[in-house]
Amino acid sequence: MSSIRLLVGTKKGAFILTSDATRKDWEVSGPHFAGWEIYHMTGSPADPNRLYVSQTSGWFGQQIQRSDDGGKTWNAVGNEFTYDGIPGTHQWYDGTQHPWEFARVWHLEPSLDDPDTVYAGVEDAALFRSTDGGQSWKELSALRNHETGKLWQPGAGGMCLHTIVLDPNDPQRIVVAISAAGAFRTDDGGNSWRPINRGLISNMIPVPDADVGHCVHHIARHPSQPDVLFMQKHWDIMRSDDHGDSWHEVSGNLPSDFGFVIDVHAHEPETIYVVPIKSDSEHFPPDGKLRVYRSRSGGNEWEALTKGLPQSDCYVNVLRDAMAVDTLDPCGVYFGTTGGQVYASSDAGDSWNAVVRDLPAVLSVEVQTLP
Amino acid sequence: MIRVELPYHLRVLSSTEAEVQLEVPEPITLRAVLDALEEAYPSLCGTIRDYATRERRPFVRFFACQRDLSHNSPDDPLPAAVINGDEPLMIIGAVAGG
Repeated sequence: MSSIRLLVGTKKGAFILTSDATRKDWEVSGPHFAGWEIYHMTGSPADPNRLYVSQTSGWFGQQIQRSDDGGKTWNAVGNEFTYDGIPGTHQWYDGTQHPWEFARVWHLEPSLDDPDTVYAGVEDAALFRSTDGGQSWKELSALRNHETGKLWQPGAGGMCLHTIVLDPNDPQRIVVAISAAGAFRTDDGGNSWRPINRGLISNMIPVPDADVGHCVHHIARHPSQPDVLFMQKHWDIMRSDDHGDSWHEVSGNLPSDFGFVIDVHAHEPETIYVVPIKSDSEHFPPDGKLRVYRSRSGGNEWEALTKGLPQSDCYVNVLRDAMAVDTLDPCGVYFGTTGGQVYASSDAGDSWNAVVRDLPAVLSVEVQTLP
Repeated sequence: MIRVELPYHLRVLSSTEAEVQLEVPEPITLRAVLDALEEAYPSLCGTIRDYATRERRPFVRFFACQRDLSHNSPDDPLPAAVINGDEPLMIIGAVAGG
C-alpha cells in the first residue's frame, strides 16, 4: 500500500509528516534542525530515501543536510557556495550597483534521474549544481553573467533564485525564476541562458514589458506537458504554451491575482491551483477567507475551494514553495501557511483538513508518494 | 590547550560539548584558533567566518576575559589567560532580531 511523506520547512525547523494512502491520520516527526530556518526540504525522484534540506540562519549561515534513509538520520554536507570568478554587481534597491553576496539557499531541485545530482537556487541570485550528493557545489555562472545581470534587483525578500523547473523530456533544458529579474531558460544544460519574459506586464517597474525586472513568484509544470508553464507573478497568473517563449494572462475571475504558490494536478495537466492573496501591501487572503482556487481549464475559469478552510478572520499567507501535490488517485493537494497550519486535501481540493495546526511559519511543503 | 566555548547551534551542528579544547600552533591569535577549530570540526566551516571573505559573520561575536574582541585584528595575540588555558575564548551568537 502506498504511503505519503510530507516534508515541511518552517522558520524554526523541519517537520516530516507521514500517513498511509487514506491520508486521514498523520504522524508528525520533528522539529529537525530546531531553531534554524528551513527554506526547503525535498526528496530525490530517483531515490525517495535521499532527502536534501536547506538549513539557514542569519547568525551562522548556510548548511545543507542530506538523509539517505528517508529522514531518520542526517549528515551535513557541503555548504560552500562560492560564486564563479569575480562576482560583479547587480542593481540595489536605490538604483546603485551592489556586489553579489551569497546569503542562503532558497530552493533545492534534485535531478529527475540521479539522486547525487541536485541544483540549488540561491540569494543573491545564482544557480549551483552538485553531482556528488551535495558534498561540493559549482555555480552555473552563465546565468549570473547574463548581460542583463547588472539590471537585476532584489524583491522585498531579497534577490533570490527560488524556482528551478527541470524538463523530463530534455535534461539540457532548465527554467529558473528570480525575484525580481524574471524567468530564464537554458536549452544547453546551463552554458547559456536567455530571459523568457515576453508577455509579462508589470506595472510597478519603469518599462512594464521589459525583458527583465519582473517579480516572478513561482512556476509550475506538469511532466506530461513540459512545454506548458504556469506562473504566479507578483500580480497575474500567466501561462506559456511554448516553454516560456511567450506568456499570456489567465487570471480570469480570481478575486485577486496576487499570490505566491501555483501548482498542477498530478493527473490532469490542465488543472491548476493558486491561493489568492489580497495584495503586495496586505499579504493575507481577501476578506479574511482562506480559499484555494482551482481551474480545470488551464486558467481563466476558476472555482473557489473552501470546504474545511477558515472562511472568516484568517490572515495568513501561503509562501511560494509551500504547495505540493501527491500522485495518488484522487490527487492529494497540500499547502502550509505562515500561521503554522498544513492543510491537506485527499480529493483534489474539494475538501480540506488541517493535518497540523501549530507549527512555526511554514516556508515550504513538498510531498513524496512512496510505494 | 586553548579552550573555546561554542553557542548552542554550533554545538549541535558539530556534535560537541559547550566547550572544546584545541591544540593551536603559536602565535595564538584569533585566526589561528578559528583555523584549528574548523580543522577539528569541518561542519563549522562557514558558520563563524564567511567562506568568501574569511571575515567574521555579522551576528557572531568573540569574547574573552570580559572583553569584546570582535573588532580586533584576527592576527592580534589573544589574552594571556586564554593562551594559558585559564579562560575560554567565547564564540557568541549576538543578541539580535528583536
